[in-house]
Amino acid sequence: MESLVQNFAYYRDLILVLTAKEIKVKYKNSILGYVWSVLNPLCLAVVFYFAFKFVMKVPVENFTLFLISGLFPWQWFSTSVNASITALFGNASLVKKVSFPRYFIPLTTVLNDTFHFVVSLPIVFAFVVFYKVHLTAAWVYGIPLLMVSQFFITYGCALAVSALNLFFRDLERLVMIGLTVLFYMTPIIYDISLVPERYRQYFLLNPLFGIIEGWHNLFLRGHVDWGLYLVSLLQSLVIFGIGFALFKKLSWKFAEVL
Amino acid sequence: MKEPVIVFDGVTKTYPYYGYITAGLKMFLFNLPEAINHTKKSFTALKEISFEVYGGECFGIIGNNGAGKSTLLGLAAGALKPDMGTIEIKGRVSPLLELGAGFHPELTGRENIVLNGVLLGMTRKRVVQKMDEIIGFSELEEFIDQPLRTYSSGMVTRLGFSVVAHLDPEILLVDEVLAVGDINFQKKCMDKIMGFRANGVTMVLVSHSLDQVQRLCDRAMWIDHHEIRAIGEPAAVCQAYQGG
Repeated sequence: MESLVQNFAYYRDLILVLTAKEIKVKYKNSILGYVWSVLNPLCLAVVFYFAFKFVMKVPVENFTLFLISGLFPWQWFSTSVNASITALFGNASLVKKVSFPRYFIPLTTVLNDTFHFVVSLPIVFAFVVFYKVHLTAAWVYGIPLLMVSQFFITYGCALAVSALNLFFRDLERLVMIGLTVLFYMTPIIYDISLVPERYRQYFLLNPLFGIIEGWHNLFLRGHVDWGLYLVSLLQSLVIFGIGFALFKKLSWKFAEVL
Repeated sequence: MKEPVIVFDGVTKTYPYYGYITAGLKMFLFNLPEAINHTKKSFTALKEISFEVYGGECFGIIGNNGAGKSTLLGLAAGALKPDMGTIEIKGRVSPLLELGAGFHPELTGRENIVLNGVLLGMTRKRVVQKMDEIIGFSELEEFIDQPLRTYSSGMVTRLGFSVVAHLDPEILLVDEVLAVGDINFQKKCMDKIMGFRANGVTMVLVSHSLDQVQRLCDRAMWIDHHEIRAIGEPAAVCQAYQGG
């Protein structure tokens, strides 16, 4: 029992120190550190606004806020999955020579981006206030709940991608393509109501759909759709389970292939 | 004293040839039959190795490059899993396989000490407690708040050894890291290692320096072509190695 508590304290320290390293490295050498992590989604928002509102005039109300509330969470997901491609390579000396749970490595990658997401939330708040959408009590529990769901799906994908990439080293390209497909298949730059009705049900197969819709509901309309949330949470947990099982199964081979 | 803390029993470790797979998904799919055949073949790094290391002793391992020494340490550290046989470890293992594991060039010396210390098994609190001692030992006070990329390679290894020197290990696995820095610092390292020995820390030492093995170790083992060739008195084992 005592050793269990000790182990817990030690693992907590390990995760903390490794995550802190990622965050510090990102902010070292760049005064613009914080700006960089919000610049990308903001630029995307401007570009999409230009293309879809200014030029193509999509009938979505409050399009700026709509874009912002989808792009920031998307950024969290996509940078985590992207970074996890090289996560194990980048820590090859640790994987080969030190014994600790390997799934900590993609975990710190995801936690790093979770941190960036949290610190970028004030920007979203600023837009919400600017567009005079009402802040509601749902935010207090909606944000953490959606984050939990998104965390699990992101971590699950990161686990699978980081493990498989060691064995199939051109997986990187597939992941890039996959992320692009997923981006356009998720209603981030268009509203689900624009999709022909008989196709809408298929969007539920996309595990990111529920989460992104959740953020839209919360930031634009100030409420949580519980049915949708539970579906997305369930999907996230399934993906996390698959990713974790795959990672576990392959993790003994990591030191051999690196 | 004569209680075994590391027990290898009939340990075999093989590495499959992953060449076809790691060359990418495209290669794998386009050469599927060949690739699958290829993966079934494997390379044996260690063949039915059995030995024991007793508590408080210093155990030397010698052998040519590619004989399987590093695989053996990887197994003892728990980073690899044997294909056959069992490995029993009693105690906290500090694998010192590479000085400065996890060091990051953009972080300062101080930040790297925390990172490295925790990776090597200390809690954060403990590292912070020992911080001044570690910095003092490394003699790098002037540079400690500079990023690591500004250090010379000698300074980096010195910092690495200084963290290791302040670990609180029960079993220490050492892979040829004893030659660090200038003469003075080398002597300091040697003293520290002798200090570990005196404190009853079990040590497994892989080295190419026969002189070092004879001076430091209580027993030695010679691994050749993935098998144990000799085990026993360091002097006798080293002689066999030189003769064989």
